[in-house]
Amino acid sequence: MNKKILSVKNLKASIDQIDIIKNLNLEVNENEIHIIMGPNGSGKSTFSKILVGHPSYTIQEGSIEFNEQNLIEMSPEVRSHNGLFLAFQYPVEIAGVSNYDFLRIAYNEKQKFLNQPEINPLEFMALIENLLNKLKIKPEFLQRNLNEGFSGGEKKRNEILQMLLLNPKLIILDELDSGLDIDAIKIICEGILKNKQSTSSLIVITHYPKILEYLKPTYIHIMKEGKIIKTGDLSLVTLLEKEGYKAFE
Amino acid sequence: MNDNKYQTNFELTQVINEPYKYGFSTNIESEKFPPGINEEIVTLITEIKNEPSFLREFRLRSYRKWEKMSFPTWANLIIKNLSFNDITYYSTPKQKKQLNSLEEVDPEILKTFEKLGISLDEQKKLSNVAVDAVFDSVSIATTYKEKLAKAGVIFCSISDAVLFYPNLIKKFLGTVVSSGDNFFAALNSAVFSDGSFCYIPQNVVCPMELSTYFRLNDKESGQFERTLIIVEKNGFVNYLEGCTAPQYSENQLHAAIVELIAFENAQIKYSTVQNWYSGNQDGIGGIYNFVTKRGLAIGKNSKISWTQIETGSAITWKYPSCLLVGPKSIGEFYSVALTNNYQQADTGTKMIHLGTKTRSKIISKGISCGNSKNSYRGLVKIGSNASYARNFSQCDSFLLGSSSLACTYPYLESWNSNSIIEHEAKISKVSEEQLFYLMQRGINLEQAIGLLISGFCKDVLTMLPLEFAMEADKLLSLKLEGTVG
Repeated sequence: MNKKILSVKNLKASIDQIDIIKNLNLEVNENEIHIIMGPNGSGKSTFSKILVGHPSYTIQEGSIEFNEQNLIEMSPEVRSHNGLFLAFQYPVEIAGVSNYDFLRIAYNEKQKFLNQPEINPLEFMALIENLLNKLKIKPEFLQRNLNEGFSGGEKKRNEILQMLLLNPKLIILDELDSGLDIDAIKIICEGILKNKQSTSSLIVITHYPKILEYLKPTYIHIMKEGKIIKTGDLSLVTLLEKEGYKAFE
Repeated sequence: MNDNKYQTNFELTQVINEPYKYGFSTNIESEKFPPGINEEIVTLITEIKNEPSFLREFRLRSYRKWEKMSFPTWANLIIKNLSFNDITYYSTPKQKKQLNSLEEVDPEILKTFEKLGISLDEQKKLSNVAVDAVFDSVSIATTYKEKLAKAGVIFCSISDAVLFYPNLIKKFLGTVVSSGDNFFAALNSAVFSDGSFCYIPQNVVCPMELSTYFRLNDKESGQFERTLIIVEKNGFVNYLEGCTAPQYSENQLHAAIVELIAFENAQIKYSTVQNWYSGNQDGIGGIYNFVTKRGLAIGKNSKISWTQIETGSAITWKYPSCLLVGPKSIGEFYSVALTNNYQQADTGTKMIHLGTKTRSKIISKGISCGNSKNSYRGLVKIGSNASYARNFSQCDSFLLGSSSLACTYPYLESWNSNSIIEHEAKISKVSEEQLFYLMQRGINLEQAIGLLISGFCKDVLTMLPLEFAMEADKLLSLKLEGTVG
């Protein structure tokens, strides 16, 4: 069996004293793809934000281990350096900061963390151009301000570009497919699978089974009211499409 | 369990509250007048400096005007403890004789400038910038004088200019900012002790950047410097000004005047990085900075451009302005004002359009943190003869934390129906989602704030000469790696 990378046990968490996550358990091993589906408000996005350390949420109980380290103790940037990546559902726009500068700073911060030498702008240009080609993105993309005025598809593509650059061990895709046309979903999913480290794993939050045609899931989890109520294979999706979430009550 | 929650406000404050690095004072003997101001003191200043009679008259006239004026109260500032008779109006490092070379300067003073990162030793200076260093009231040294003289450029202290080029001083001093212009201008005109003078003759592009570095050392002294820059037809100069002061718990007064005159087709770019001591976290001490800066674009196509990065001072009261007289003349104002703790800034510009087809542009970025108060105050006035004049203003404010204040006071006046004035304004708060996005990508809080602020100020920072932009970065106490330049 593959090495365990994420272990969430009895997790309870809240925001503004409202309980969102109620006793959630999840284990992810290397090179697995986990799909989390569930009705609106079931806590899927909250769970992804908790994993990467969003400051708005308070963890009341439970533990999260990432590569045998206590994740809860780590600050968001250290989680990132350790290989946790969230592709945001709604990436924010940042005025006046070029995409190029942002990407280079992010890359060099990780290098520093790994005690590797920082790379200069020329070396970085070569590195990033290679990734742009893989995702079929034009180089002008780099000179624009970070996500500013990007279309929905461009924002998502930029998320994946950052993902490839930072080469994470656990990738969380929060509704990557929302706002994307079928062709774009295909390009992006292929881009992820082809270029990710062979050992890295994915947690994919989605409402639409379409994306599952391009990602071969290891497990499907159904989440409801802050916990995972059912885990299975693709047959769960067939049941879900036929009967809706009622099937799991 | 709250461990994973970074406490935004607290940490933000820490990041912004980098200690003031220039707060040391230099222990040197100085020669100074007793505190207080009266005609006798004004006469003493003029005598000790051996000034010609026209200047003596200018000073006394100004003093008499000042006596009748009252302290301006219209600004959005709370000002206390300003007693003009407790201030020393003249202080100079004690030296035995006239200095002929840098070796004769008190080594303590040279060390001070070295510590500030300003090397007055031309051999050591890598960059192509000539510096006039002003310590308390007196100009200590001006570098690269000879190289500039070859190009016909005069760059020296204003005291030297009074002695060696009295005709130029007599002709231009006080023509842009008259001695009775305002309370602080009148005070400065009466007691100014030194400052920089620059004259660029016709058709000369100044071969290097010129810079004045002001250092206020003495505890009870006021600094009243005066800068006069004249650029003749087709000339060009890029001028930089930097300022620091030691940390004292008393407030020190700084009341300067800068006058710029650009003739036909001439261009002046004037940039300031102001980092006077701003007082401590509780608002004790700091410089009161009351400055009158004005440029006269008198010829056809002349252009004056102000860029300022205001980070220091307990109080900043400053409106670098342009009088656009010549047809098609251009005025620009780019400003970043950062206030923290109990700092107060009331700053902006005046663009007075008098000639036809004159154009002006105002980009102002205010950043307020802590309990500070940051106001933009700007006047755009288009006179009745200024047909086809055009102005564009953009005033943005950025709030960090929840106890700071940002205000915008735009005054727009148009007396000509063929002209266009545009004004845009925006206030934003640092967004937790933006910070979190950057942190998720491995960028720590300090750097993330730095990136957001540098992004916010980008339009202004790119107007600075490269080296100054670097200093501005440091001044904003933020690591802005790779985003500027």
